[in-house]
Order: sequence, then structure tokens, then C-alpha cells
Amino acid sequence: MTSYTPIELMATVASHQLEDGKIVGVGTGLPMIAGLLAQKTHAPKLIIFFEAGSIAPQVPTLPISVGDSRCAHRAVAATGLAGIMETGQRGMIDYAFLGGAEVDMYGNINSTVIGDHDSPKVRLPGSGGANDFGSLSWRTIIIARHDKAKLPERVSFITTPGYIDGPGAREEAGLPRGTGPYRVITNLALMGFDEETCRMKLISVHPGVTLEQVRENTGFDLIIPDDVATSPSPTESELTVLRGIDPDGIIIGK
Amino acid sequence: MLEEGKGELISSCTADEIRDWNHENKERGLVDKMTDVRSAVKKYVTDGIYLAIGGFGHIRISMPMIYEIVRQRIKHLRVSGHTAVHDLDVLIAGDCVDAVDVAYAFAYETRGLSKNGRRAVESGKIKCVEWTNASLSWRIKAAAMGLPFLPARNLLGSDTFKYSAAKTMECPFTGQKLVALPALMPDVAIIHVHYADKYGNCSIRGTTVKDDDLAKASKRVIVTAERIVSDDFFREHPERTTIPYFCVDAVIEAPHGSHPCNMPHEYYFDEAHIRNYIKAGADEASLQAYLDKWIYSVNDFDEYLDLVGTKKLNELRRLEELR
Repeated sequence: MTSYTPIELMATVASHQLEDGKIVGVGTGLPMIAGLLAQKTHAPKLIIFFEAGSIAPQVPTLPISVGDSRCAHRAVAATGLAGIMETGQRGMIDYAFLGGAEVDMYGNINSTVIGDHDSPKVRLPGSGGANDFGSLSWRTIIIARHDKAKLPERVSFITTPGYIDGPGAREEAGLPRGTGPYRVITNLALMGFDEETCRMKLISVHPGVTLEQVRENTGFDLIIPDDVATSPSPTESELTVLRGIDPDGIIIGK
Repeated sequence: MLEEGKGELISSCTADEIRDWNHENKERGLVDKMTDVRSAVKKYVTDGIYLAIGGFGHIRISMPMIYEIVRQRIKHLRVSGHTAVHDLDVLIAGDCVDAVDVAYAFAYETRGLSKNGRRAVESGKIKCVEWTNASLSWRIKAAAMGLPFLPARNLLGSDTFKYSAAKTMECPFTGQKLVALPALMPDVAIIHVHYADKYGNCSIRGTTVKDDDLAKASKRVIVTAERIVSDDFFREHPERTTIPYFCVDAVIEAPHGSHPCNMPHEYYFDEAHIRNYIKAGADEASLQAYLDKWIYSVNDFDEYLDLVGTKKLNELRRLEELR
């Protein structure tokens, strides 16, 4: 049996969520890796946008920043932040692929601050392009670590809105209709959202993970349907490609 | 019921103020604007101004200007953080910053959070107003268009909005709820480019991030360039001009000017240097030792590059070219 790390599994499960021939805006870190992995496996026609402005680059080696020269390598166009996000505002970005320090039951993401905003316990980077991608793309995919603190009932600060506080809230806030969180990938499970309540719902648990473990490590009442599948293990060839993308383990070695 | 964020608008301008500034202060003629970083900082970067830095935080940023601001011990800056990384972090290390319009700041992307940046915010030294990358870009675009604000569809329904200085509005045609982003006209923009002529015409290779609009939006624009070229470079291929001369107030020759950060098509990150800096940021003493060695103990950027060494600079060029 092939051995792999939890992060490697997260990367492969994440990459499976991306459809061939669509446009995805990816954030820094693991989302970047999952996008590149999808391109090199099941989705060769997937188009990646990086927020600093590059369109459809052919990324040669693992970038350090979503704005560095690797992310613009052999791009068909080099625009800017406005160029990318206006394209999203026009409805051209199918998927946003984001990370976050906290994600709640409605898929709201916090990447700004832990504790009080004006005298924070931990200051995090802020939105970057996450709020823009998450507001303007059709479907948002989120990567997070799975524990009670990271998946609370409500995030302490909504950097990027998910379904806010339930059905209809995005539209009421003025956000484009038909948009919102689509998948959450953690080190324990793959989750989606219940269409009626907009609450997070389990889709599959990762190999070797029990339902009990998922429940215990979730800070809210996760919807668990009767038919919970097991996420597929990374294949040998996926792992080879993945380790080729990040040979020094800069992200997948974390 | 329309809403407004409770963040402070730390830089504001009306449409007529934008026109009046450009009417009264901007040079129209093709005049020689060559200068050096010491003079440019003395003339334009004074205590308390609102500063915006071109590039993407650790890509194509003007390190000679940033180091000189620290060296001249400029204080109380308000800074635009439309993905601010090493640029802002060094200014914070030099105790130059009071407030930040934050889209992304206090972190180094895949390298993690910055202890130096975190310390400054968590101790209450730096005030943060929340925005997003697109919000700051569109605020800058509004000023570049000579408009007081731009409507958009991001920010809505978030705490990022609540801690911003944006407002919501209704579309006068459809009633659609929108966010209104106030124009941002920085006092000074510092932009590092690939090519510039002495008049200030600039060419940027790769992503512009927002620097074309930033040059139009800012009261004063200081450009540092990897290479100074004749105006023939632009006149023979006017499509090369990313920033036209009349936006620019000062031009400085600065080869390797983005070191230790990335300059697309020129050189990649000096990763060892950056990681060493991040590590030094863990405590004030080692951070000061870093600043002493690389900023205070050298007279200018050429002396700094001597410390880095030709061998390293050549290696970074090969790295950029994937060799």
C-alpha cells in the first residue's frame, strides 16, 4: 500500500473538485498546489488565474507567491488585480480556491484576526484577494485544518462571506446570485453544503477516519447523511506528480 | 437600509481635489527627472504622508527607496497594503508606520506570518483598516479616473466591510445593492519598473498588479528602474509604455532594485536572505541587528549590493531563468 501524508491526501482530494475546462482563481499555499495537480492529472484544460494578474500561465516550479514570476510563466496575458477581479465580477471565474484559519458551518472564512479586531490575540494577513474571489466566483472551495477551533459554529470575523447566516443571506447582502461555498476539504473529510439550510454537510471521510473522529473535531453540528463515502486514497501516479510539483516539501511537507 | 463600515478613512479626496492637484502641481513638459534615492526621499517622503508601493509586496518592489525611508527615519506613515509583504514589513521594522489600509499584510504568503508585523499590530502600535485586494485596486482606479468612488459587488455581507471605510449604496438605475469604494489618492507612490527614460516613461514586464492606475492616482510618483533607456525605446514602440511620463515626478536608476525580492524576467527571490530576515523578526534585538547590518551601516543601495555580492546576484538571475 502506498504511504502518503494527510496534506498529500488533502491536495489530491482537493484537486478532484476542479472540473476540466473551467477557470479557477487560486490562493496561496495548498490551493495553488491542488490547482497545479488537477492540471497535470484529470483536468489538463483547467485555466488558472492568479490574483496579481496572470492569465493561464504554465507554472514551471512551485511558486512562493501568487504574484511571483513562476505564476506568470508563459501566461497568455499579464493583467493586474483589477483585471482579474473584474473578470470575476463579470461572472467568468467558475471556482475560487481558498484557505482560511477558521471556517464555520455556513462556509464563512476568517483570515483576518483571532480575538478582538482592535486589540487582537493573533493578527492574520487579512483578505488579500480571498473576499473578492469568494464574493465574485460561482463556487468557492475551501481548504482548512479540521479541529474544533478551526471549524467553529461561527467564525469570529467574516473575512470572506460564505452563506453568512443562512439561506438568502448572500443575495440580501447584495452579493451576486447563485454564488457561494461549494466544498470544504480538511485533513479528515470532504464536505459540501446542504441546499436547503446552507449548512455544511459531510460528503466523505478520508481513509482510516471514523465518523466519530469527524464529529469530535467539528465545532458545530455537522450534517451527516446516511450515505457517507470514503475519500479515495491518492494513487501512485498522483503522488508522483504531486511530489514533482513540490519536490522540497515546502507546502506538502508542512 | 444602507450601511457603512466603521473603519477610519485614513486617506480621502474629492473629485475636484484630484483635478486641482493635477492642475496646479503636475509638470506637463518632457523634462529630465533623474535624481537619486536620498534626494527623492528628502523631497517627497515626509513624516505622516500616505504611501503606496507598487508591485506585489515581495515582487517588483523598490528596495532602495524602502531602505532609504528607514535610513532617514521617516515616521508616522500611513501605508496602502494591497498585498504588502516585505515592503511594509521592513518599514514596520524601521518604526516608520502608524496605520495600514490592509488587504493583505503582516505575512509572507507560503513562508507564513511575520512576527515583526504581528507584534506591531497586536501591541496596538499600528492601526488597521480592512479592505481587500480588489477594493484597494478599485479605490486607486477611482482616483485614476478622477472619480470620488467606484461601485462594486465584493466586500458585501462581511466583517471586512464592517471594519472598512466603505459604504453600501443602491444602483440608481436598478436598485441593486452595491458597495461604494472611496477614491484613494496616495501622497506618494513608489514604483519599481524594468525600463524608464529620463522623462519618466516606464515599461513594466509581466503583471502590472495595479501600477498603471497607481501612477495616475498618486499625487507624487517616484520610479526606480532596472535600466534607464533613451526615449527612442518608447517612441519606436509606444505600446511598451505602461506609465506615461506626466504621471512621474522622479526617476532613479536602480539595477537589482527589488533584491531580496523577485523581479520578473530579471531575478528570483534571494530566499536565504528573506528567511534570515523573517527569523530576525522574532525579536527586536535580532531585527535591529539586521537593520544595522543591511541598512544603517551602508550609505546607499550600491554598498548594500556589495554586501550581497556579485556571486549571489548572478545566481538569482540564473534561478529566474530556471537554469
